[in-house]
Amino acid sequence: MVEVDVAVVGAGVVGCAVARHLAIDGASVALLDRAADVGDGTSKANTGVLHTGFDTEPGSLESRLVARGHGLLTDYAAAAGIAVERTGALLVAWDDEQEAALPALLAKADANGYASARLLDAAEVRSCEPHLGPGARSGLSVPDEWVIDPWSVTLAFATEAVGAGARLLLATPVEKIVSGDGGHELELPDCVVRAQWLVNAAGLGADRIDALLGHHDFTVTPRRGQLLVFDKLARRLLCRILLPVPTARTKGVLVSPTTWGNVLLGPTAEDLEDRTDTASTTGGIEGLLRAGRRVLPALVDEEVTAVYAGLRSATEHRDYQVRLDAGQRYVSVGGIRSTGLTSSLAVAEHVAGLLDGAGAGWSGPAVSSAPPVMPPLGESQVRPLQDPDRIASDPAYGTPLCHCEQVSRGEVRDACHGALAAADLGGVRRRTRAMNGRCQGFYCGAEVVALVADETGSDPGSLTRVPR
Amino acid sequence: MSDPAVLVVGSGPAGLTAARELAVAGVRPVLVVDREVEAGGVPRHCDHTGFGLQDLRRSLSGPAYARHLVRRAVGDGVAIRLSTTVTCVGDDGAATLVGPGGIEVVHPRAVLLATGARERPRSARLVPGDRPAGVFTTGQLQQWVLLRQLPVGRRAVVVGAEHVAYSAVLTLRHAGVATVAMVTELPRHQTVGAFALATRVGLRVPLRTSSRVAGLHGHGRLEAVDVEDLLTGAVERVAADTVVFTGDWIPDHELARRCGLTVERATLGPRTDRWGRTSRPGLLAVGNLVHPGETAGRAALGGRDAGRWLGADLSSGATQVAARGLPVTVARPLASVVPSVADPGDPPRRLLLRTAEFTGRRLVVARQGGRELGRHGLRHSVPNRSLGVPGAILRGADPDGGTVELSLA
Ligand SMILES: Cc1cc2nc3c(=O)[nH]c(=O)nc-3n(C[C@H](O)[C@H](O)[C@H](O)COP(=O)(O)OP(=O)(O)OC[C@H]3O[C@@H](n4cnc5c(N)ncnc54)[C@H](O)[C@@H]3O)c2cc1C
Ligand SMILES: Cc1cc2nc3c(=O)[nH]c(=O)nc-3n(C[C@H](O)[C@H](O)[C@H](O)COP(=O)(O)OP(=O)(O)OC[C@H]3O[C@@H](n4cnc5c(N)ncnc54)[C@H](O)[C@@H]3O)c2cc1C
Repeated sequence: MVEVDVAVVGAGVVGCAVARHLAIDGASVALLDRAADVGDGTSKANTGVLHTGFDTEPGSLESRLVARGHGLLTDYAAAAGIAVERTGALLVAWDDEQEAALPALLAKADANGYASARLLDAAEVRSCEPHLGPGARSGLSVPDEWVIDPWSVTLAFATEAVGAGARLLLATPVEKIVSGDGGHELELPDCVVRAQWLVNAAGLGADRIDALLGHHDFTVTPRRGQLLVFDKLARRLLCRILLPVPTARTKGVLVSPTTWGNVLLGPTAEDLEDRTDTASTTGGIEGLLRAGRRVLPALVDEEVTAVYAGLRSATEHRDYQVRLDAGQRYVSVGGIRSTGLTSSLAVAEHVAGLLDGAGAGWSGPAVSSAPPVMPPLGESQVRPLQDPDRIASDPAYGTPLCHCEQVSRGEVRDACHGALAAADLGGVRRRTRAMNGRCQGFYCGAEVVALVADETGSDPGSLTRVPR
Repeated sequence: MSDPAVLVVGSGPAGLTAARELAVAGVRPVLVVDREVEAGGVPRHCDHTGFGLQDLRRSLSGPAYARHLVRRAVGDGVAIRLSTTVTCVGDDGAATLVGPGGIEVVHPRAVLLATGARERPRSARLVPGDRPAGVFTTGQLQQWVLLRQLPVGRRAVVVGAEHVAYSAVLTLRHAGVATVAMVTELPRHQTVGAFALATRVGLRVPLRTSSRVAGLHGHGRLEAVDVEDLLTGAVERVAADTVVFTGDWIPDHELARRCGLTVERATLGPRTDRWGRTSRPGLLAVGNLVHPGETAGRAALGGRDAGRWLGADLSSGATQVAARGLPVTVARPLASVVPSVADPGDPPRRLLLRTAEFTGRRLVVARQGGRELGRHGLRHSVPNRSLGVPGAILRGADPDGGTVELSLA
């Protein structure tokens, strides 16, 4: 039996942020996830945009938490060495309807407390982004929409939480919870966790955890977003995040640089039933290419490096669903749909505030803690293969392994060790970028698998799930 | 180290052969750099015979061929540095080398790019579906099985039906994996009849022509592959834990493009003339970087020609010119031509053509403007295989007359 002040169900970016915050405040925390790694759900499959919240619903919780989260995460990323590129965004209007929508968007930005947005005419739009397709009418510049490395964010929160004493229980599905005066008993496959307080940050599974506690406030509908990642040779085609103008009929897709030096095209928005269906589809891919060809015609001539899809936890409500049931000592954090990366630290702060207001007290004193130093994965950073001092300290950092992404052997080795060691090849990819490049393992696949098997002492067959 | 006279990027057949020619011509020092731990390029992991026929006039296994080229180059005075990536060649020709010894900038008189080609992976082919493990290219599969002895799976689908696809079937077999289907969008296989027959009848591997892989299924590990018949639209779900995407070559052209070289749309390789000269003086390109999907021997011969020209040029005081001559283009169903720049007064020994369709006996006709320059009879043409046409067909072209176009009559 593990006894803690708080159990956090779900180790996505939100759950990890909450666990980190509470552990630093002095709570003993158990952070649980059914997956073998943190951030293996929706948090691994987003577009990595650090939003300002300029287009959120004014007055909503989301509006407040995204705006606050932007600042908190910017500072955190700087301290942890997580890549952020201050690209800015440009909404481009391509027809009458979109052009007509821009002034209202500007007003909405104002109502959300965001004052730096500005309307641009066709000539200004073109001079900002010379590779745009023909027919761009006008635009709205949002200089504080930036891109961030999303994988390192979740990993940093989890690393800091563990450093502050949180227990991370992975590969641990929560399916049964017995709640009573003694707190919550989570009956897990290998053990029982007893927690005074329970935080539900289960993303796509949040309504199911809610139901275990007798709540039926919302239902999650997975909204799939398919994305195409283009070769780094496409990066020169744009400076800013190119956002679509949302209209009544269509949401549209964005074209965005990534901190890894690629260009993203997506996401689609499809409501599904199946909460595990992260497959891409012919229709989805074709639709994205059509949209991309209009926005940035030269983009679609470049090679596609990866195709993936993420599932947003949409609900029947428009706003985040963050609720406290003080009597039950339970906080539910649901419906963190399409801005949760940005808002994560603010959501955590909000949840901590709710718990404090409900009289929660923690068994330990506040811990002094600093963000961990994360591996520099961003193209704007100095990577080990570019760092003479690093190479001099250990030649493994100068030994190329994944050529497309310029990853050294030393980095892949490091990813296999420590409190947040990668449990599988996906984990290695998110910690190092290895095998994420244009060749998808043509050159390095066998080397990486052999090295990871060696370093982790695991069998290569199980790493690659070879059927017996 | 002191600056090399020539820096060769890539130690495959093209790079090693070029370097050796330079050394034989007396150029010193010649430095070959490769990012892999071992020299030799792709043949290192092609464990079957047939290498060396064109350049050495004998047949070796891939690894033996690679070893031979390495030994010969080193014996003739070439220096090879491994586990080292060339990340940049600046406007002044300064090249940045990154390896376990640190980061070094060298200033060679010329740089020869021989970075090879790779097969397009599943993502670049836009094959939709889940993202399970068990998805390979042939290059990855060969290293998996031959260099690292890693386990593969049980039942495989092979995508493609050109030479390399048949080589994938053999590698799978070696690893104990049964190939349950080969799938090609084209109406026929594109290899030698004997290979195709031996695979279909001897190994009982069915070939599905006019078909494509339309989707992958499986959480964690591949479970099934959707095979769509392009003629009927019917989709069949084939149980498989492994899929190998073969062929569909793309040059590994990042360095070439970052150097600002003009790239041909048809091949995505740098525009070159018969000597491997590119749009930038002092920068040459050879091998599968220029003609993706050709044999190792062809890459080696291209390296030899470039090495000879560069060796003579440097010895005579380095004129360092860019590719010279007329642009050469093709009309459908021809798909590409290498070299794509040719001097009618000094034409290449031969032009390598590729076609998009199967055709019977046809004539290749060269025209400049409306004027016919020459014609050459072909036996039959097969997509994904090259056709050689004597470069002399360009002889009558007017050096000031503009583009020469090759078409089928
Ligand atoms: C296509 C796409 C693009 C996006 N783009 C952006 C963007 O640019 N910027 C931005 O800020 N946001 C973006 N988002 C939104 C952002 O990714 C999400 O809001 C955020 O990841 C949600 O984090 P989470 O922790 O709530 O959920 P998740 O990451 O899904 O975490 C929930 C975790 O709970 C676990 N879990 C569920 N049920 C159980 C159970 N019963 N027992 C144990 N564990 C359980 C799951 O395994 C999962 O790991 C995007 C989302 C998508 C899909
Ligand atoms: C799976 C497969 C099977 C094949 N089977 C046959 C066959 O049976 N018979 C046959 O004749 N041909 C075969 N081929 C083709 C043959 O391998 C090629 O024609 C030949 O290898 C091309 O030689 P190359 O020197 O151009 O490039 P490669 O052999 O690809 O060598 C390129 C080298 O450049 C290095 N490099 C690239 N970029 C950099 C950089 N920036 N810095 C440092 N080093 C760099 C790479 O590491 C590599 O070693 C096969 C190819 C494949 C992929």
